[in-house]
Amino acid sequence: MPGDTLNINNKATAQHTYDAIVIGSGISGGWAAKELTEKGLKVLMLERGRNFEHIKDYKSASKDPWDFEHHGQATQEELKRHPIIARTWGKSEPIIDYWANDVDAPYTEIKPFKWWRSYQFGGRSILWGRQSYRWSDFDFDANKKDGWAIDWPIRYKDLSPWYDHVEKFIGVNGSRENLPQLPDGHFLPAMDMTCVEKDVAARIKEKYKGSRHMIIGRSANLTAPIAGRTQCQFRNRCWEGCPFGGYFSTQSSTFPAANATGNLTVRPFSIVTKIIYDKDSKKAKGVEILDAENNQTYQYFSKIVFVNASALNSAWVLMNSATDVWPDGLGSSSGELGHNIMDHHYNCGASGTVDGYEDKYYYGRRPNGVYVVRFANLFGDKRDYLRGFGYQGGASREGWSRSVAELSVGAGFKEALTEPGQWTMGMTAFGEILPHHENKITLDKTKKDKWGLPVLAMDAELKDNELKMRKDMVSEAKAMFESSGIKNINTWDGGHQIGDGIHEMGTARMGRDPKTSVLNEHNQVWDAKNVFVTDGACMTSAACQNPSLTYMALTARAANFSVEELKKGNI
Amino acid sequence: MNRREALSSVALLLGGTIIGADIFLSGCKSDVKISSALDFSPENIAFLDEVGETILPTTAGSPGAKAAQIGQFMKTIVTDCYEEKDQKIFAEGIGKLNAASKTKYDKVFMELGADQKHDLLVAIDKEAKDYQKTKKPEGPNHYFTLMKQLTLWGYFTSKPGATQALRYVAVPGRYEGCIPYKKGDKAWAT
Repeated sequence: MPGDTLNINNKATAQHTYDAIVIGSGISGGWAAKELTEKGLKVLMLERGRNFEHIKDYKSASKDPWDFEHHGQATQEELKRHPIIARTWGKSEPIIDYWANDVDAPYTEIKPFKWWRSYQFGGRSILWGRQSYRWSDFDFDANKKDGWAIDWPIRYKDLSPWYDHVEKFIGVNGSRENLPQLPDGHFLPAMDMTCVEKDVAARIKEKYKGSRHMIIGRSANLTAPIAGRTQCQFRNRCWEGCPFGGYFSTQSSTFPAANATGNLTVRPFSIVTKIIYDKDSKKAKGVEILDAENNQTYQYFSKIVFVNASALNSAWVLMNSATDVWPDGLGSSSGELGHNIMDHHYNCGASGTVDGYEDKYYYGRRPNGVYVVRFANLFGDKRDYLRGFGYQGGASREGWSRSVAELSVGAGFKEALTEPGQWTMGMTAFGEILPHHENKITLDKTKKDKWGLPVLAMDAELKDNELKMRKDMVSEAKAMFESSGIKNINTWDGGHQIGDGIHEMGTARMGRDPKTSVLNEHNQVWDAKNVFVTDGACMTSAACQNPSLTYMALTARAANFSVEELKKGNI
Repeated sequence: MNRREALSSVALLLGGTIIGADIFLSGCKSDVKISSALDFSPENIAFLDEVGETILPTTAGSPGAKAAQIGQFMKTIVTDCYEEKDQKIFAEGIGKLNAASKTKYDKVFMELGADQKHDLLVAIDKEAKDYQKTKKPEGPNHYFTLMKQLTLWGYFTSKPGATQALRYVAVPGRYEGCIPYKKGDKAWAT
């Protein structure tokens, strides 16, 4: 009977209806789920890849080096599944299959592009570098001050309480430095510097009369315990997944909190193919997914949709949504969807040797390094390019892999290698990339992935400003090392393909005007107010600090706003 | 591992990258090719054990590379992780090393005395270093560079190498950045 069918459909719809849907389970998706569930919303979190459980699925994490058949090296067979990761330093035996299968999910490189993807629960929150720095108003003001692209619709004061909120929950270690360009946060105890790092930092301070700062890195590793998590054990094997929960990941931190509310449902193997847009209400009704295992299509419904699929995939979802209204997708009315891709350009810097300190060493493996805070184009400094860069590096003693020139083989050679070698220090710069409209991604409908879905085509490259900056990044590293007594200095510039900084961002930027931006100041899509994009896609400029902490703060802020708006009946 | 280490330690390994690690796959090959020249017979494994033991012999404080089953390790890595061109160089290296032995001592490597083995590998090591220094980056590697690299890497990441020749602490539990070191203390394995 027709009535029965209707009844079944209604029941099915009810079973598929939630207050909010979160697309993605990585760093920002986990935060969206935590905040929304804690505020009482029933949340469906969709993950395109497999489930990946805390501790249980960290299969390599307690192995010793010799327990790995290839002692850490990926095999040719594994590299075949990961031809993109094979071009990077991420191709390591323990974690090779934490990365997405590049063959199943290809993309088109109009210009060379390294896309480091992790398609499993937790996303790149398992694999991330954990460096956690606040932005300052030098960053939020930058576009406006330089007259470049568009102004950020927010300032530091808008985000500052949310940085507090995030840092208190995830645990960030660091030292208080009182630097306007790198605001202090709510810190756990700072990690130690090595003896050489301490002295180099002091010499830089002296040489540059207090205008340059080498500080201990700020990282999301616990240097003191937090409820439900054990503090960092200094194994430095974070990216295999930490059985102690010693660093922030979805698994160790946001998922347990969201799950404890009883309001969270996680559905793995769910590739969101589009947001279902309702022309009448001008809002999203839910999402359509393709089940990655059975290839069936399902629909889920909600009042709010959070898009946290990672910067490029979030843009991909939008491009495939509401195409009957906007051929180029939801959020494309500005002409900016998929444009303005940024990253941090790196892989250039300096290294050298340090005389002396033969009577000094260290204990433990620190999952962190030192950080040289941005100094270019600040406080009266003026360069022939815009913006700036920071350095990340460290000093340590050489191990067995050093070359012992005077000894070639035999007992003497072996005995020499059982002792630590000389001290060396190195650092690589992370530079800001400007938003360029012509740096973009588009849909390549001529190529399909394993599931028959169109793939992305990458068309982005470094421009003059970044290339000029790179020269300075190298020469300043050399100058700072020379001034602090480092010898045998080598500089390098290995070039940078966009994406290789693993900080891709900007494809659905925030702004003040729907004509020039995809999102408003609350991360709402201008064209669908109940759709929020809070991963790297939302960024209006890139600064030079590692961005994840800012994504978390923006997500928590937007989630709070979305619930308020829902209560007011505005969305 | 993090970016800093990826950039420093890997690049420092014997003055270059780990061979087999920096493969640049431009597309997806239909299958992985294994060189037909590879021969890991028990005799060849024993030969590689002996080469490894000569590079890193048993000493007062720790066992040598043979105790780390270095021949078997070379077989695993060369078979699974090497590109075909390096597999071929490695396979031909066994014959070349024996030829060098015959030229110098009129005996194959396995028949040499310990001092002769040592002296032969010192000479070949010098030849390999000189060759690697002058070759083009994309040019073929010297077979002995591969054997020596596999020996060092395999041994110092093996249980006897990491725990007896070096110091290994699986779970340090804390970090101290600046502590005293006295000559003779072993280096950390990781």
